[in-house]
Amino acid sequence: MSKHTLSVLVENKPGVLSRITALFSRRSFNIDSLAVGTTEHPEVSRITIVVSVDALPLEQVTKQLNKLVNVLKIVELDPAAAVHRELVLVKVRADNDTRSQIVEIVQLFRAKTVDVAPEAVTIEATGSSDKLEAMLRMLEPFGIKELVQSGAIAIGRGSRSITDRSLRALDRTA
Amino acid sequence: MTEQATGAPKPQPRAPRGGAPQPAATVEHVTGAQSLIRSLEAVGADTVFGIPGGAILPAYDPLMDSTKVRHILVRHEQGAGHAATGYAQATGRVGVCMATSGPGATNLVTPIADAHMDSVPMVAITGQVAGPSIGTDAFQEADICGITLPVTKHNFLVTDPAEIPRTIAEAFHIAATGRPGPVLVDISKDALQARTVFSWPPTTDLPGYRPVSRPHAKQIREAARLISQARHPVLYVGGGVIKAGASAELRELAELTGVPVTTTLMALGAFPDSHPQHLGMPGMHGSVAAVTALQRADLIVALGARFDDRVTGKIDSFAPHAKIVHADIDPAEIGKNRLADVPIVGDVKDVMSDLTAALRADDPATTPGPDAAERYAGWWQQLDRWRETYPLGYDLPEDGTLSPQQVIERIGQLAPDDTIFTAGVGQHQMWAAQYLPFERPGTWLNSGGLGTMGYAVPAALGAKAGRPDAPVWAIDGDGCFQMTNQELATAALNGVPIKVAIINNGALGMVRQWQTLFYNQRYSNTALRGGPSSAGTRIPDFVKLAEAMGCVGLRCEDPAQLDAVIEKANAINDRPVVVDFIVHEDAMVWPMVAAGTSNDEVMAARGVRPDFSDAVD
Repeated sequence: MSKHTLSVLVENKPGVLSRITALFSRRSFNIDSLAVGTTEHPEVSRITIVVSVDALPLEQVTKQLNKLVNVLKIVELDPAAAVHRELVLVKVRADNDTRSQIVEIVQLFRAKTVDVAPEAVTIEATGSSDKLEAMLRMLEPFGIKELVQSGAIAIGRGSRSITDRSLRALDRTA
Repeated sequence: MTEQATGAPKPQPRAPRGGAPQPAATVEHVTGAQSLIRSLEAVGADTVFGIPGGAILPAYDPLMDSTKVRHILVRHEQGAGHAATGYAQATGRVGVCMATSGPGATNLVTPIADAHMDSVPMVAITGQVAGPSIGTDAFQEADICGITLPVTKHNFLVTDPAEIPRTIAEAFHIAATGRPGPVLVDISKDALQARTVFSWPPTTDLPGYRPVSRPHAKQIREAARLISQARHPVLYVGGGVIKAGASAELRELAELTGVPVTTTLMALGAFPDSHPQHLGMPGMHGSVAAVTALQRADLIVALGARFDDRVTGKIDSFAPHAKIVHADIDPAEIGKNRLADVPIVGDVKDVMSDLTAALRADDPATTPGPDAAERYAGWWQQLDRWRETYPLGYDLPEDGTLSPQQVIERIGQLAPDDTIFTAGVGQHQMWAAQYLPFERPGTWLNSGGLGTMGYAVPAALGAKAGRPDAPVWAIDGDGCFQMTNQELATAALNGVPIKVAIINNGALGMVRQWQTLFYNQRYSNTALRGGPSSAGTRIPDFVKLAEAMGCVGLRCEDPAQLDAVIEKANAINDRPVVVDFIVHEDAMVWPMVAAGTSNDEVMAARGVRPDFSDAVD
């Protein structure tokens, strides 16, 4: 199975997210990660879903998603032609001996230290999941006290926009 | 289905910004409840099946004054839902049911799921507790939108009375267009009570709903090319052909090409049973000829069908040599169970007329030409041999009791031509599918996908309410009948004279058949009668039960009386009639492909495996 990133444009209405997630569980597809937010158009939300499926089931889930009345558009983003980002906030055990080593790792990964306490450092990092995994592997020996990760978001490279046309369609009816 | 309008209005797209104003809509000051009833009237709903209760109560007040909407008070919400389905299947219009919040709404879940599986256009309207109480576990609160999420085409929660007309218009539009299906509209009690304005037509706003209907010309040409080159083609016709009102197009396509036709359980009546090109029904209890034709085909043209497991048997070994042309209005059906070589998304009516045109076109690549009949001659010889060697049939019981197949066959033969038949689920349903005559669409209503026992009586009620001129026979089992017979009282009190045949074998017959075949005759919990008798149950006494419900109750146990009893039932048109046919419990449904096995393993009868050694390749 391979990972696929779907960008799903939906009407920004109550209950839409549960329709999407219910469809995945009903058709027994697993979601690796999911992130939701509004777009440049307040009536439209964008859901980024990462799934691990083969090509045929992916086609089926895409078709089923397309049938949802509140779904406006679905685009699969080619990893080579898109920018993927995740965010992590991680609280690492730190004392006077280890703090400088941790800060060094933070700099190596172009991450940020957002909070410092006598016994811990909190780090903010964004990047691809590979980069974040590498950073976490480096931090692990110090002791990770708490970790929170966002779902992936992604956008295609170049000047084309996937929202253009569907927003125009929305404008016509709005 | 019939050629009548769908009952749904054409959606009124919003006027472009700065564009010409729309024709002035009528604006009235009303309550939300009045707005709901006015909307139902405007959308063309003439019959609503339902039961009032606390949260929906405001809607029932203006409903009382409506001269356009007839409300039929059922005895259980499940009955309302199946009646709406029966109405929709018989008329081609959207069926409507109504219930209150909480248990009223949850009782609709089974018929909603049933309509979803069989793509029946239905709008279910439920009351919801008042907006501020939603989420507080208030009295009779249930999250019916959440509960019905996976079994509706779409659903709406309305808490703003101003949204009622638009939501009703959208619900009917979604239910009736594209692949039809059930839509639930849940309206909070305070929205029904509040003052609002009613304006029609409302502006609909469905930017994400764009069903495709016109098929792609390139795909049509490719399908035509495959048809013109095939040697063993079959038209695999599903319920979509009935939903699309495309029987005439199907007949034209079939007769032009000379290709054999098989109609699924949901498609019975789409193509006349009596037509020489009709092979019968495919699937688990399909005819040997239909099952084997699909299995040996080199081309299957699937029209509004979904390769259901009851049709394909073990999918890996289904029609191994066939190329697949799959036409459906729902893109998600194409390639779901079986990969399509030529996918065609579109209304199957357009697909077939375009296909016919392409096959007629003066193009050697797609025109079958005069040698078509010759090309299929070997195929037809083989099909005819299978039809002749393994026809549908049954043995009459040796002990002189009634045979269930004979009862159903005679009801079909003695019923007027335009009779609508409904069925429950189980042995009687399969025998009805096999032995009733289906010559036209919209005359066979059953629960195909969900397999809902208890469908027959309320569906017959709905069908008769929608088509009062047509005779309606419900073919039911004694198990099914005991699930929903409360609606006989509804039929009696509302002047809906349906006829019900109980094929009473005193057992949950289909389950018992599987116990006979696969569980060493250990009949765990399938006897519905007491005592050692091998015939139908007398508890309850269905004749007395029918009479208690205001119906005529008849009983038939003797084959010599069979015709007379059926004729007597046919002659009663002022009240519902229930006939208790006491039949032998050991009759089984054949042919049969055991669940999970290949269609190659079809058994013509118990211990009779057809011999296909004559098959040409």
